[in-house]
Amino acid sequence: MFELSFIWAGIIAFAVLTYVILDGFDLGVGILFPFANGEQEKATMMNSIAPIWDGNETWLVLGGGGLFAVFPLAYAVVMPALYMPIILMLLALIFRGVAFEYRWRTERWKPVWDVGFFGGSTVAAFMQGIALGALVQGIDVADRAYAGGWWDWLSPFSILTGFAVVVGYALLGATWIILKTEGSLQRQMQGHAWWLGAGTLGFIGVVSLMTPFQDPVYFQRWLNLPGSVFSVIMPGAVIAAAWALFAGLNAGKDAQPFLAALGLFVLCFIGIGISFYPNIVPPGLTIAEAAAPDESLRFALVGTLVLVPLILIYTGYAYWLFRGKVNPEEGYH
Amino acid sequence: MFDSLTAETLARMQFAFTVSFHIIFPAFSIGLASYLAVLNGLWLKTREQTYLTLFNYWKKIFAVAFGMGVVSGIVMSYQFGTNWSVFADKTGPILGPLMAYEVLSAFFLEAGFLGIMLFGRERVGDGLHMFATAMVAFGTLMSATWILSVNSWMQTPAGYSVNELGQYVPEDWWQIIFNPSFPYRLVHMVLAAYLTTALVVGGVGGLHLLRDRTDASARRMFSMAMWMLIVVAPLQILAGDAHGLNTLEHQPAKVMAMEGHYDSHPDGAPLILFGIPNPAEKRIDYAVEIPNLSSLILRHSWTAPLAGLDTIPDEDEPPVAIVFWSFRVMVGLGFAMLGLGLWSIWRRFRGKLYDDKWLHRAAIMMGPMGFVAVLAGWITTEVGRQPFTVYGLLRTSDSLAPVAAPAVAASLLAFIVVYFFIFGAGTFYLLRMMNKPASTPHLGLEDGPIRTAGLTPVMQTDRDAIPGE
Repeated sequence: MFELSFIWAGIIAFAVLTYVILDGFDLGVGILFPFANGEQEKATMMNSIAPIWDGNETWLVLGGGGLFAVFPLAYAVVMPALYMPIILMLLALIFRGVAFEYRWRTERWKPVWDVGFFGGSTVAAFMQGIALGALVQGIDVADRAYAGGWWDWLSPFSILTGFAVVVGYALLGATWIILKTEGSLQRQMQGHAWWLGAGTLGFIGVVSLMTPFQDPVYFQRWLNLPGSVFSVIMPGAVIAAAWALFAGLNAGKDAQPFLAALGLFVLCFIGIGISFYPNIVPPGLTIAEAAAPDESLRFALVGTLVLVPLILIYTGYAYWLFRGKVNPEEGYH
Repeated sequence: MFDSLTAETLARMQFAFTVSFHIIFPAFSIGLASYLAVLNGLWLKTREQTYLTLFNYWKKIFAVAFGMGVVSGIVMSYQFGTNWSVFADKTGPILGPLMAYEVLSAFFLEAGFLGIMLFGRERVGDGLHMFATAMVAFGTLMSATWILSVNSWMQTPAGYSVNELGQYVPEDWWQIIFNPSFPYRLVHMVLAAYLTTALVVGGVGGLHLLRDRTDASARRMFSMAMWMLIVVAPLQILAGDAHGLNTLEHQPAKVMAMEGHYDSHPDGAPLILFGIPNPAEKRIDYAVEIPNLSSLILRHSWTAPLAGLDTIPDEDEPPVAIVFWSFRVMVGLGFAMLGLGLWSIWRRFRGKLYDDKWLHRAAIMMGPMGFVAVLAGWITTEVGRQPFTVYGLLRTSDSLAPVAAPAVAASLLAFIVVYFFIFGAGTFYLLRMMNKPASTPHLGLEDGPIRTAGLTPVMQTDRDAIPGE
């Protein structure tokens, strides 16, 4: 019998991963927005995510709300520690979220909302990366509260992870557009996906090599069992995913590059999980310490076990409904 | 700019600012989602074109308002942690699961079916599209239910105990969710959302009737809105009264502030209609009052004694002036809504509903007043809860996150600039859409050049489409 708190750590991890890959590709589409040539390509790119972005972002609310529910101490420590990046991310998400509606409501200000869509997507991705880097570096906790200053999150390492996430999301976005479009836009994105893929792999390498130096405990996680098993498997799995990505791009496949890019993200996420476990907030706050009382965990778990599968079903249905290539001539009439 | 203010004051300003902006959109979209479901249902049942026209018109307005609600709402779900982390740590075991249920049972439902409602009629057929529309409406109501349960628990906490870490932990979920003020608050807020929407629809209908009294869509929406108003406004006054009695039982200090009763009245308290609160002297200056009426309303007896703020320790007293004024604004607007409803029913039975230009002008004037009343009501209940975040248990000053004042000041300034820019633009687009008759196919891009031929973008074939439609 597992501890409830560990089941919940798994559920929260699942919600965050789902958020990262779903909003990852639609933020990525925003990051690539300036590469669109002309209004038709812009419309196609935006329409490829218009019916689903809102559902994707709901996973972010679940990540925040879920953390508040089941690991209130982690939520109470992380949010003040990452105050600036979180607030900037929220403001950036506002800009890109309203752009979906606003750009169709005005001709004169359309360029403003297009810039907002690109800028908002990029800044949101960058801040998420910074937040990740700051978390890996560890957060000062004393007496059930954040004990550091309001600039602690800023470091060369967190800026590196910020750029890594922007490039990684752009790769997801490029491969998503490859999946959803055809013609010149698709060909252009196949070109971009090449260098974005190379960039993502480069960042994965550098961040992986630097992570153990952020805290010696990460060395032990990866060098001792069971982590050491993954130390052997991970590089091979990353190489396999990278091969699938580039082979898919070269062969002009529709779905394979996207799935391979998703695979890279899942692998990175597992890697972060191995580094963190059994902490929820490095360096010292464990999953068990941060958890709410069992009564809260149990009550929330009942609804989650019923509702999350339902959510996955109707979200899947919405994706299936809007499947296939985006045809700007046809639209969604 | 904010140099002289403490981190606590800044954090309170920031929360008040962001939550006030946010509540405007749900207040509208809860009612509008239900209205859309009704319109779509009537269209499917009667196949009368005006229902479909109105559905497509309000659907586009809904999409813009809903988008603004989503992005301003994401901010709220993180602000408990960024600015009120001690509150989050202490109340998380109780409030967290309720908010998680809101996300799981409401937000995903809305987001999942919104795309189908907006874009999918042709793809899924009428039946499933109706189902999706109903699910969006149901989702907005579910969301209201959970978040009002959360807020009500902060007002009238129940079903908890305190653990060794100082956290409030659940003892009885039933008592937590159905805490004493929850049913009253839920009914009051959902009715407020319906009233707000009815007033907006009525105002838009009135505007287009003034321009063209034969406009079939305008007539239909005006008539529907006025029916809604005459049914819901009286109900809301009754619900508000019941809610007030509930507050008197559980949060007497709030009612004292609302009433402006600084002093106790052992032989029946007067109803102060107007006056200027004077917090320094602890009295209401220039009070216009009706003797004993407050006792009659609150205790159903002319001479029932009512305690005043003199029985409350100073450090537990809410800011009287704000609550006193916001309460009067809300009640005054509530009666104005009832007045508009009565006027409309009188003209309707005279067969003049579509001819009385002054009625239409009044409806336009009242169009935005639902929002004002909702904000005034929330200010009354939230400021009236002070100086506590969890009433009687956790003080606001003990709930604060350890974030330095300059960081909070910077973020507050950023929120103010961004919100006025973004939501100002959004409101402008909404008003511009509402300014066009429901039958216009060009609700979207009206000004500016159309794109050159050859590109053949989506919008050229159907300029009023929402992205991709």
